[in-house]
Amino acid sequence: MFNDSLPTFWSIWVAIITLTVILGCLWLVLAVKKSEKYKEETENTVGHAFDGIEEFDNPLPRWWYMKFLGTIVFGLGYLVLYPGLGNFQGILNWSSTGQWQEEMAAAEVKYGPVFAAFGEKTIEELAQDPAALEVGGRLFANNCAVCHGSGAKGAYGFPNLTDEDWLYGGSAEKIKESLNLGRMANMPAWQGILGDTGIEETAHYVVSLSGRAHDEALAAKGQVHYQTYCAACHMPTGQGMQMLGAPNLTDDVWLYKAPTLTVLESVKQTLRHGRQGVMPAQLPRLGEDKVHLLTAYVYSLSQK
Amino acid sequence: MKSHEYIEKRLGLLGALIIVVISFGGLAEIVPLFHMSKTTTPIEGMKPWSALQLEGRDIYIREGCHVCHTQMVRPFRAETERYGHYSVAGESVWERPFLWGSKRTGPDLARLGGKYSDDWHRAHMYNPRDVVPESNMPSFPWLFTKTLSGEDTAQKMRVMQTLGVPYTDDEIEVARETVRGKTEIEALIAYLQGLGLAMKDR
Repeated sequence: MFNDSLPTFWSIWVAIITLTVILGCLWLVLAVKKSEKYKEETENTVGHAFDGIEEFDNPLPRWWYMKFLGTIVFGLGYLVLYPGLGNFQGILNWSSTGQWQEEMAAAEVKYGPVFAAFGEKTIEELAQDPAALEVGGRLFANNCAVCHGSGAKGAYGFPNLTDEDWLYGGSAEKIKESLNLGRMANMPAWQGILGDTGIEETAHYVVSLSGRAHDEALAAKGQVHYQTYCAACHMPTGQGMQMLGAPNLTDDVWLYKAPTLTVLESVKQTLRHGRQGVMPAQLPRLGEDKVHLLTAYVYSLSQK
Repeated sequence: MKSHEYIEKRLGLLGALIIVVISFGGLAEIVPLFHMSKTTTPIEGMKPWSALQLEGRDIYIREGCHVCHTQMVRPFRAETERYGHYSVAGESVWERPFLWGSKRTGPDLARLGGKYSDDWHRAHMYNPRDVVPESNMPSFPWLFTKTLSGEDTAQKMRVMQTLGVPYTDDEIEVARETVRGKTEIEALIAYLQGLGLAMKDR
């Protein structure tokens, strides 16, 4: 994709500076070593005194001196083995991406057959297989629990995956579709069309569909609005439509029941502002093998 | 020993020589990168931040997100499995300043774009515990009420333009209009949802 190497001039530039610095260090260490020579001249001190305190001019202790030399030997050895001198890659031919590729290849050898074996089974079979569910459960914890919760029970705005209520269908095939491609719900905002009164009336009708407490008179008016505007997606009976992800309104499961509001108030809020629930597509991120296992795990959650 | 003393007693000379010595590192490690196509060419399909995203990026900096979150996926399997393709130099060509970070209290964000929904980000930023019970990330409720004036947006883009980011003059002209009145959370989420998109399918 790109030219990984430096232009020749800069490659030589790096090599020269690097070697010069190392040789400079070597010179410095050797030059300091000479201080032993001056022992006689300065009577063992550097020659100045402050408040009667003098500084010895002793040579470096041997172990310290050898460590300095050792770092220089190490540095030169490193530059022979690993990339460092411009474009010279070192005799080990090591690179960080090369190391990553080896790591990936080793993992493929180890895990490839495991995923391949799972891949040959159907979702329904895997949902009975404890080993598959264990892997699937970990994948879920790492990738899905952030929205759907570690127990997959969902949260405000994020569907519960353990119940029988499915926005887009709970068959193995449909769950896989949701995982692979993601979902984008789009309920429009009705404030502009229904107004405050219309929202109030429609909300009462909507909660009446699941047998919740409601005002009969308001609900009767709301039914008219419902049949005009809502029935196209949520169906005249309120059963919803999984093809569009329009929730069933009769089962008393409320995805957007706000923690601080009643169901009736939450429904009003939804009617006023609309809802745009998004499930991100997982296939591009996780790949087919993992989505297959995740599907089995999610499918198993509601098969109890 | 004599010349040693000569240098040590002259602070100006000592300082100058220290700078010379330190500059060797920069001359060998930094300067050549300005001449390497891998580090100076944006990767294919990369787009500059939109006006709103650029403002979001500044909020990201203001709130110190980069102190706890890196934007640098290293080439280790453990990281590429979790976050996606490792980061490459070409992704950061227009990043001024870059936000690679150096410490991960929270996860890496280099490939965050599209990973979660906008709704999730809103819920998470308002109170992280609402969606991730064990999270120790701070809440940022003020982002939901403060709005952008857009006063400086065009100027920021013009600076980026002089630094080589290919903004068109038309984009800069409408910058103020496009961000004015938007809440800070909208800007921040626009930025977060754009992170790492150019490498999404690799």
